[in-house]
Formats: sequence, structure tokens, C-alpha cells
Amino acid sequence: MSGTVLITGTRPYGGEAVDVLLADGVVAAIGADAAAGADADALRVDGAGTVLLPGLVDLHTHLREPGREDAETVETGSRAAALGGYTAVFAMPNTDPTADTAGVVEQVFRLGQAVGLVDVQPIGAVTVGRRGERLAELAAMADSAANVRVFSDDGDCVSDPLLMRRSLEYVKTFGGVIAQHAQEPRLTVGAQMHEGDVSARLGMVGWPAVAEEAIIARDCLLTDHVDSRLHVCHLSTAGSVAVIAAAKARGTRVTAEVTPHHLVLTDTLAEDYDPVFKVNPPLRTASDVEAVRRGLADGTIDIVATDHAPHAPQHKECEWDQASPGMLGLQTALSVVVDTMVNPGLLDWRGVARVMSENPAAIGGLVDHGRPVAVGEPANLTLVDPAAEWTVRGAELASLSANTPFEGHVLPARVVATFLRGRPTVLDGRLQDPTAAAATTPAGRS
Amino acid sequence: MPRHLLSAGQLSRDAVEHLLDTAQRIDQAIAGREIRKLPTLRGRTVVNLFYEDSTRTRISFEVAAKRLSADVINFSAKGSSVSKGESLKDTAWTLQAMGADIVVCRHSSSGAPQRLSNWVEGHVVNAGDGTHEHPTQALLDAYTLRRHLGDLAGRRIVVVGDVLHSRVARSNVLLLSTLGADVTLVAPPTLLPVGVAAWPAQVDYDLDRALRGADAVMMLRVQRERMGGAFFPTEREYSRRYGLDARRRDLIAGHGIVLHPGPMNRGMEIAHDVADGPNSVIVEQVANGVTVRMAVLYTLLANEGAGV
Ligand SMILES: [Zn+2]
Repeated sequence: MSGTVLITGTRPYGGEAVDVLLADGVVAAIGADAAAGADADALRVDGAGTVLLPGLVDLHTHLREPGREDAETVETGSRAAALGGYTAVFAMPNTDPTADTAGVVEQVFRLGQAVGLVDVQPIGAVTVGRRGERLAELAAMADSAANVRVFSDDGDCVSDPLLMRRSLEYVKTFGGVIAQHAQEPRLTVGAQMHEGDVSARLGMVGWPAVAEEAIIARDCLLTDHVDSRLHVCHLSTAGSVAVIAAAKARGTRVTAEVTPHHLVLTDTLAEDYDPVFKVNPPLRTASDVEAVRRGLADGTIDIVATDHAPHAPQHKECEWDQASPGMLGLQTALSVVVDTMVNPGLLDWRGVARVMSENPAAIGGLVDHGRPVAVGEPANLTLVDPAAEWTVRGAELASLSANTPFEGHVLPARVVATFLRGRPTVLDGRLQDPTAAAATTPAGRS
Repeated sequence: MPRHLLSAGQLSRDAVEHLLDTAQRIDQAIAGREIRKLPTLRGRTVVNLFYEDSTRTRISFEVAAKRLSADVINFSAKGSSVSKGESLKDTAWTLQAMGADIVVCRHSSSGAPQRLSNWVEGHVVNAGDGTHEHPTQALLDAYTLRRHLGDLAGRRIVVVGDVLHSRVARSNVLLLSTLGADVTLVAPPTLLPVGVAAWPAQVDYDLDRALRGADAVMMLRVQRERMGGAFFPTEREYSRRYGLDARRRDLIAGHGIVLHPGPMNRGMEIAHDVADGPNSVIVEQVANGVTVRMAVLYTLLANEGAGV
């Protein structure tokens, strides 16, 4: 088999329909020459009606391995990612053991390579055991085979201002970035959901918006002071958007992400006490949803990141306050972005490529993802059918867990195919043999 | 009457009045009897599922069920269900297998009875969930208020204390406003929920002002473990500003009454002489609790033809 792929009649970024030829892991030709360059045994993919995008990149995924392989593994998470149109995912370090050493991040990196469906890029913990007491060996993780550039204690906030300052300073030596889970711990003791009318009515301890906004404001000031780079994880409130906008306006090197669920779901969903809607930061109000959509549209928020957080059933089929926070995201993210941003006209397909591929790759320091759909570029690509609709069934998702907040919802747009270095990982919406895909090695990383 | 009693807010004015009238009829029916027992729920099973200690509430439900001749199973499941290994869902299936007609659930997690109601076929009665609600307490308070004040429409009722953590306050605000009463919540701002402005109640920080001419004052228990949360500086300061002493009691209308859901911190939120004083109906609340809970159990099962 030649390994070449001819995608016919697809629309890069939603533009004119063209043929696209993939060969030797790169985009070999676009347009009139493409069909001519395909050999007789090239794989032909009918792209009529589809939109071609650079492969999606998720800067915020929980793969649960090592430690909670009953909820997700690198392999099952990779499957979900490929089906969701992703070619690279960043794995959060809140595993057991914590990914706070070169050994653990290399383990996760190699597991990802072995599966070969997406490039799994580990994120290192900022502090040892994510306990917020002393810095982990950040440079050792940066120098390891995993080549870590993003560090986060996600799940917990690096709340100690001195540690936060030091970590921001330290990662400058290798161009790293601190991805902060912004949550003032003293203001959120026992918090179960967004603090507001609904929490008051339901009798649940509230997680006030200001607990997020205050940390973001503080960290932006620290970032200015030490001239470093900050990334804000899963921003969720209108006030946070305003804080980021003000910081960017005065030149702070800060980037921010929003999750798909914060683009559409609100705190009223807690009314049935079904913990599938329990997430951290919590679902906010309709006006917050409005504000984060606008922030994403105008570039105040740089990226969409899933915060894909699989949980085994016993951690969700229980009392709300005993349930683990988090929801699945990898396979529904693109559809939610289409639903909330593209269809209402807030974002075009170039915008989708920017917030779901180019910007996350750039923030995370990936050189061969988030590249333009152009001749000579790595063939990490996603083919989307914007006209398709599908019904979400948690049990049918590739993740080992089923905690999707969109159970039974009909969502627009479907990922038809995903290509990693020119090789299909997904075709016709179905996974391709991962062992075949595993034969390739990640480019630009050795 | 809804299938489950989970929140005072789910009861219409008609449903509340029907329950209170039923309680009154039960009171009258039992008053003339030597054996204070009705055969109404013979053969029915009521399970008291208590994940949180509350001897008073458990006994009240137990006595209520027994006076209706139901079989009562006390199922104490103290502590976190997850840490015990058996989930609430598994427990629900067990109760199902035992043929529970009504599950009375007390739980430290807000919403637990509502979760449970998805998993059992019988009726679920919320006997207090976390800081959410305690609907039968609100019903017994309304019953007590009605006995002393008559129709509650337009009556001024002042609820004082830790509204933030009080399921009693939540349920009372909902139920009393359904009955047309004019409710004022009095507490320091630290002990009022952030969304309280949306509640069908007035808010005042000044107890003296709120009490003047009120028809009833309902004191809430202050939990001493809240002291660590910086809700107020000292017990002494709290007591001075929000405690009910005889001077303050005398600010309410002459016919006005004093309620407390118990157990009381005497000397903290309520003075000795007020708790035991002439306007206090605190002991009567306990007796009315049994009657009202009988009415709830009876009404839930009567809806499915348990006989009159
Ligand atoms: Zn987080």
C-alpha cells in the first residue's frame, strides 16, 4: 500500500471545494494537481460537503492513566480523541502517581505513542504531588523524552502566591507556561456548584465567581511582574473574561481557555441533583455563558479545551456532594462549538481552526500540529460534515466512562475522518486499526 | 399531592391546606380514643432511612407510622455511603426488595432524597437533606401557627438566625409564602445565602425592628461548628444581636408566639425564660410533628387507595 490519500471535493476551512492529496505524512497537493498525484492504489475519501480543518488539539484532557484505569486509559482516551477529530491531546498530571517527574511523564508519552491514534503530550505538575508545597523538577520534565512545556496542578489551584511567582519565573528558562486552575481555595471550601440563586435554593455550598476572578487577576499581575507566560484553564465567568481582556490590553502574556460545556450549560441543570452536571469550575449562569461566547468570538479567550474528565459510574451515581466533578468532552467538543459558535454566526471555520487547533498547539509548544492546511504542511487533519446530526449516547462513546452531560441530545456536525501524519485514524466516523497507525512515529519529537 | 414529598416548594396551597386539614382530623379522631392508634396503614411498610443522626425526627416519624399501624423498619446508615462501600443506589434496591411503601430519608447531602426517588418505586419523604429542606418541619410549623393564629394570609412571621445553613428556614419560607404569610428573615449578612433576594421573603439585619408587631417569631438553631467559618465574631456578640430574650419577645404582638425547631442552644439563640415562657409553643411543635407526619404518610398512601 502506498499510504497516499486523496480527499475529493472537501472545503478547507469551509471555502471552495477542492481535492487534497496526502502523501508521506504531509499535504502533498491541493486542487487540480491533487488527483493527478494520486497513485492507483491511493485511499480515496469522498469529501463532498465536508469541511477540512487542521487536526484538533486539546490542551486539557484527563486520561486517568496511571492510577484510574477503570475510568479511562491512554488508549481509550486516544480513541475518543481521534473520533472527536483530535490529532494531539495534552494529558493533565493529576494521575496516581502524579505526573511530577520525568519518569511518569515519559511513561504517559510512550503509552500515547504505542497507541498511535493521537499524539499524547503530557503536562507536568507544578508542585510535587500537586500538593502546592514545593516545586516539582520542572526542568527534568522539560528535558525528558516527553519534552514537557506546559505545567499545571489542575484540579487544584497553585494558590500560594510565592510558589506561583517562582514557577512562572522558573519555566522561562525553557519557554514553558503555567496553566492555572484558578480557584481561591478559602473562598470555595466545600463548594458544590456556582454560588447564586440556584445554589441558595438547592441548599448547596456555592463556588463564587470571584474565587476564580481574584486568582486570575492576581496571576496576571504576577506574570507581568516576572515577565513570563500564563495560561488560564477553563475560564467560566463573565468577570474572568473582563479580567483577561484588561490584562491583554496592558500587554500581559496571558492566554485563556473555555470548555465546551461552559459555552452552553448553566447552573440550573443542578436542579435534579444529577452529578453528571457536577464539574469544576461549576456551570455558571446564562449571562456567564453569553460572556464566554463573546470572549471566544472576539479573541479574549484563545482556545476551547475539553477538560475531558472521565469518571467510573460509582463516582457519578451517588449523592451530588459525594460525586467527583467532571464530564466527558473529547467526542462532543466540536459539535458543541458548532452549535454554540458557528451556527449562531459567532465564529467561522477559520475561527474554529484557530481556537481548537492553531492556538492550543502554539500555547502548548507543538510544532507539527495546528499548522495551516497547505502544501508541505504535516497532514494532521480533520474532516467534518457540518450538515450531519447525531444523538449522543454515553454508552456508545469510545471513552471507558459514560459521564456525558449531553446524553440523549441531538448535536450538529460530525467528524467524518481524522488523519495523523497522513494516515487515517478515523474514516466514515469509525476508528481505524490503531496498530497500523502505531507504525508511524511522531515527527518533530525525538 | 405529589408522589414524593421532597420540597415544601412543590406543594400547592390546596395541597398544604389538605394536609393540615387531614392532620386536624387525625388529631380529632385520636383525641377521643383510649388507644391512640388508627388501623389505616395496616400491612404497609415505612422505612426510616437515616444517614444522619436525628433521634427527634426519627422517633417522630416512627411514632407517626406506628399510630397508623404501619410496620416500621429503622435503617440507620450513618456515615458516607461511598466510604461504607454501599451506594445510595444499592441501598435503594435493597429497600425495593424489602417492599418499602414509604422511605423516610434523612441525609447530610442536599438532594439525596431526590436522587433516591429515582431509584425506588415507593414514596420518598424528605426528612431533612443537607442544607436544603425539611418539608415536614415546615408543615408542622404551619400547623402550629394555624392553630394559634388562624388563617396565615397576611400574618407577619419573623425567622431568625442561620438561614444559610438551615433547611428549616428554606422549607418554611417556601411553605409560609405559599400560605400567603409575610415572612421576614433576620440574620447577619454572613448567614444569609447569596441568592436570598430572590426568595419570597423580606430581609432585615435588625432584629428589634423586625420583631415589632410580628405575629410569630421562629428562632433557628445556631450550629456551634459554624464558628470556624467566620460567620460571626463570638457567640456573645451573636447572642446580643440575634438572640431572643424577654425584652425582645415583648416586642411581638400580644397574641404572638415563639417557635424553635429544636434542639435549642439555651442562652445562645434563645433565653431560658423565653423558651419556657407563656408565648412559647416549642413543646407543642413536637406533638404536632407526629400528627402532621401521620397526615403526610396517610395522604401519600391514600392517593393509591390505602382506604380512608
Ligand atoms: Zn481544572
